[in-house]
Amino acid sequence: MSAALKVVAPGLHTTVQDLGRYGYQAVGVPVSGALDSLSFRLANRLAGNDDNTAALEILYQGPTLEVAADSLRVALAGGDAELERLGEGGRSVGGWRSLRLTRGESFRVRGPSETACCYLAVEGGFALPPCLGSASTYARGGFGGFGGRALQSADLLPLARESVVERAELALPQPLAAARDQTIRVILGPQADHFTDAALALLLDSVFRVSKDADRMGLRLDGPQLVHRDGYNIASDGIATGAIQVPGSGQAILLLADHQTTGGYPKIATVISADLPVAGRRRPGDQVRFAAIEVEEAEALRRAQEAALAALSASFVPAAAAGLDHARLYDLNLISGVVSGHE
Amino acid sequence: MRVPGAFPGAPGASSRGQAADVTVRFLSSGDAALVVEFGDRIERRLSEEVLRLAAQIRRAALAGIVETVPTLRSLMIHYDPLKTSAAKLKRAIEALLGAKGRLEQEARLWRVPVCYEGEFAPDLAYVAKKTGLAPEEVVALHAGQRYHVYMIGFLPGLPYMGDLPERLVLPRRVDPRVRLPPGSVAIATTMTIIYPLESPGGWHLIGATPVRLFDAQLPAPALLAPGDAVEFEAIDKQSFAKVRAAVERGDYQVPHERLAP
Repeated sequence: MSAALKVVAPGLHTTVQDLGRYGYQAVGVPVSGALDSLSFRLANRLAGNDDNTAALEILYQGPTLEVAADSLRVALAGGDAELERLGEGGRSVGGWRSLRLTRGESFRVRGPSETACCYLAVEGGFALPPCLGSASTYARGGFGGFGGRALQSADLLPLARESVVERAELALPQPLAAARDQTIRVILGPQADHFTDAALALLLDSVFRVSKDADRMGLRLDGPQLVHRDGYNIASDGIATGAIQVPGSGQAILLLADHQTTGGYPKIATVISADLPVAGRRRPGDQVRFAAIEVEEAEALRRAQEAALAALSASFVPAAAAGLDHARLYDLNLISGVVSGHE
Repeated sequence: MRVPGAFPGAPGASSRGQAADVTVRFLSSGDAALVVEFGDRIERRLSEEVLRLAAQIRRAALAGIVETVPTLRSLMIHYDPLKTSAAKLKRAIEALLGAKGRLEQEARLWRVPVCYEGEFAPDLAYVAKKTGLAPEEVVALHAGQRYHVYMIGFLPGLPYMGDLPERLVLPRRVDPRVRLPPGSVAIATTMTIIYPLESPGGWHLIGATPVRLFDAQLPAPALLAPGDAVEFEAIDKQSFAKVRAAVERGDYQVPHERLAP
């Protein structure tokens, strides 16, 4: 029998993702991939995988899964989500850690409630054929991942490994801060000159709020109306992930992983790559503030973030049998350098 | 969430006259994408500049470039900020722009069958009325032109083709449709498009093609590429059904030929 992870309950919107599908934007295919690439990579590293190994992205409400393999190692990373073993003696073992399970065991991902997303990696990854070079699900186009869609009950996700060896399970010494109130840094443009000075000032001085219109494509933001200088139509041009597009309504939309590749509305600013994971984990109702920086600074921040991620990965500790005391760690408010950059 | 900008494109004014020298602008879109903008209008000449630069970049294999996306009048360059920087990239692109080369992209001419009849053309009567033409004249004009594929975007495989004969230029619909069937052939402003997937849309539907424009299972998933040329061949409903059946059997190839660069 081939090894699989059985979906008992799918959660709200659980999809297979990797770090994205590149090379096809010129023919209109969105990049897709993990909304929060930092948590995604940490999940894979905790599971002993390469960064780009396909894993599950879990939005808002976690799935319940059953091990249909001799043994399996999972690792969960993201916000306050926790792994909960089900059945006799079942209990939460926390998040930001790996865990070995054996055939017939069921477990649940509890949460995430602090962040929009969390990631469940499995050692060795899933045995899914890549589509256009990537395992990422693009649900709107109906391709990639598992059948081009979010998981459903009774799905059997094929695993690359039939079993995994026992080893010390790994954990982050402290969870990565959700950074829900961190200011999101942007570079103005590419079409900042299509907006009034007042609109640019409002972008940087206002508190926006993530509306209910939030999904893998983008976050519609509630906030002040950003007024265009001279109409809101431009000749369609390219869109980068993190672009803040402003249609005729003047309401900003922060575009995320599944955004369309091109568009005909002006983009007032673009979130820097180091802050995309922070933006990707924001939930409806969360506050959003923007600060403008220069591209050289953004590049330095991104390099610092990679260095911090490497340091973090080198600091994995054995996961305590009883799980980490998350409440205490949150109280300590240990904000990781990975997301805070040099602020 | 609704698709931001549920209607493809918003092409600006079109101009086919002689323009002054092209002024190139570099615009940062964050720290992982650079826009090289050749103008703010839709012109064949600008599109060719965009495609030429895309081809030059492909040949030069510059470090750190992830991919490029040609659009109507600009090229978006997606790059890895850990492998290059905006400043380095800008210098390299400036050098390429200085070395004027021929456009050496391999373009193809496609003959796409389109049925302009009945339920396939719900807006044909409206377009005829607005343009003061007979429906047959609208069809003859639309099918009598060779189009340039400016870009693919908005949806996987959706081609923006121009320029429309001037008599067919109309603004987009005031009330966009919530759902359009795949294969819908539509016009608005100076462009014509084909919706490859079911989609909302605000363009005028004047026909439909049985041809598949996007198939994620193919290594080259989109039928058309920026720089290709397209001609439409009017077919009747019977031919539409035949071609569709052949497409579904995997037994149909859209007639095409290579164009000399």
